[in-house]
Amino acid sequence: MNVNDIQIVLTASLVTLACVIPGCFLVLRRMTMFGDAISHAVLPGIVAAFLFSGSLNGIAMIIGASLTGLLVTLLIELIQKKMRISPDASIGITYTFLFAIGVIMVSLLSNQTDLDQECVLYGDITLVPLDLGMWGIPRQIWIASILDIVLIITLLVGYRGLWVSTFDPSFAAATGIATVFWHYLLMGMVSLSTVTAFESVGAIMVIALLTGPAATAALFARSLPRMLVIASISGIISCILGYILATILDASIAGAIAVMNGLLFFISLLIRKFIRN
Amino acid sequence: MIINVQDPSLEAHNLTVIYHRKPVLWNIDFSLPKGEIIGIMGPNGAGKSTLIKAILELAPLNSGYSKIFGKSLNEVRKKVSYIPQRQTIDWDFPASVSDVVMMGRYPSLGLFKRITKSDREIVRLALEQVNMTEYANRQISQLSGGQQQRVFLARALAQQADLYLLDEPFVGVDASTEAAIMQLLRTMKNEGKTIVVVHHDLHTAAEYFNWLVLINASLIASGPTEKVFTDELLRNTYSGKLTVLSQVGDVMREQNFPVREK
Repeated sequence: MNVNDIQIVLTASLVTLACVIPGCFLVLRRMTMFGDAISHAVLPGIVAAFLFSGSLNGIAMIIGASLTGLLVTLLIELIQKKMRISPDASIGITYTFLFAIGVIMVSLLSNQTDLDQECVLYGDITLVPLDLGMWGIPRQIWIASILDIVLIITLLVGYRGLWVSTFDPSFAAATGIATVFWHYLLMGMVSLSTVTAFESVGAIMVIALLTGPAATAALFARSLPRMLVIASISGIISCILGYILATILDASIAGAIAVMNGLLFFISLLIRKFIRN
Repeated sequence: MIINVQDPSLEAHNLTVIYHRKPVLWNIDFSLPKGEIIGIMGPNGAGKSTLIKAILELAPLNSGYSKIFGKSLNEVRKKVSYIPQRQTIDWDFPASVSDVVMMGRYPSLGLFKRITKSDREIVRLALEQVNMTEYANRQISQLSGGQQQRVFLARALAQQADLYLLDEPFVGVDASTEAAIMQLLRTMKNEGKTIVVVHHDLHTAAEYFNWLVLINASLIASGPTEKVFTDELLRNTYSGKLTVLSQVGDVMREQNFPVREK
């Protein structure tokens, strides 16, 4: 275990935490496919921000991703409500459309820049220790920490609104809570966590971090705060175990972490069945 | 038979809701008295739930408006409590009974104010009123249908509103819960609260409600139960198709009110 290992596991854990916060609400709202949609559809936004700012970090990328994240949410709802097309179909067509535009943009750019399809689809967490930021701490750790803090503050401040509009939207609306606002706030949070996770695990695997720990926690949690805590712990355990697995097999770290998230879920499912019987 | 009242609790004027070019509610216009238990009845798909949602601005209005205690909804929102259909909720949600009842305090707390001792006391009392005190820390996923409905009622009680709108509170609920809820509603009525219930069981309608609103997309009748619960008006509401229902009406009139004595 050297500094590099610790930095990689720490990055993965911070990224997981960023995904767990909106992930729990997505699972409870039965909207995880929205998370998948956003995590893919932000790609053109990220590429556009990259073109605009010339680098893969910083505010431009966060703004670009958040805007496209909200755009895809808006598009999905628009198609669904105004055109009367089923939710799954409108999600399917919208996000693949935007994601594909992003893929084309990346492939056009890959000759000139260090942005390539491989990195966009799968991420590359092994590069984390190479890209140092302030005080010799990797840039990714900085970004993930700051976004974690933003997400945690949003969660604490918006907790009541998020929970009531998730549990009972019509009651919430009847008491004057702006459920539409909380919906878009949640989607904004998903966009933020997607940006955080993008570089390290790539667009495809984000959904594993959004769903896995939250689904595991939903099996045991007796309250929403506990669900958030259990999901965070389960997600971080998956990061550690996944990293060990990847080192042993000399395989993709992001892949191994996603596998561990799945494994933890299935084991939890068995344990719960065992307890109930 | 549409009877209007002075100083109404709830009034609707020309309410019209159209979904996908099909009118669900058409030009509904009525006023309801204060301090009564009021039933909204009509066949399936008559727009009963939509009517309540339209009043609460949860369904998009194509025309018309409603007023509560003579004011717009936004002015009196804290005085209004809505109890949605139990089935619209995911009861596997990680929350305890008291978590859900505490939600009833949020309208007065807003989204940020801290929960105080008096809020906890109100929640405790609400649970006591629905006989759910010992379930306060129970997971909501472990509740029966009747217990779920009691929790919803406790949440509404915790709101300390003056007007209660209940959407089909007796669906999938055991007989003892139904009786307990009815008793509680009567107590609330005696305290001067106005209670509006979307209901579909004609057998119990005459016994439960002092005032009846009959709708089938448009308003058929609104008035005191003894004037509205007639064979002819029920037949109009249910389009005369369901002969069983008109027989029920006959039986009820022959036996006089109330039908079900305890």
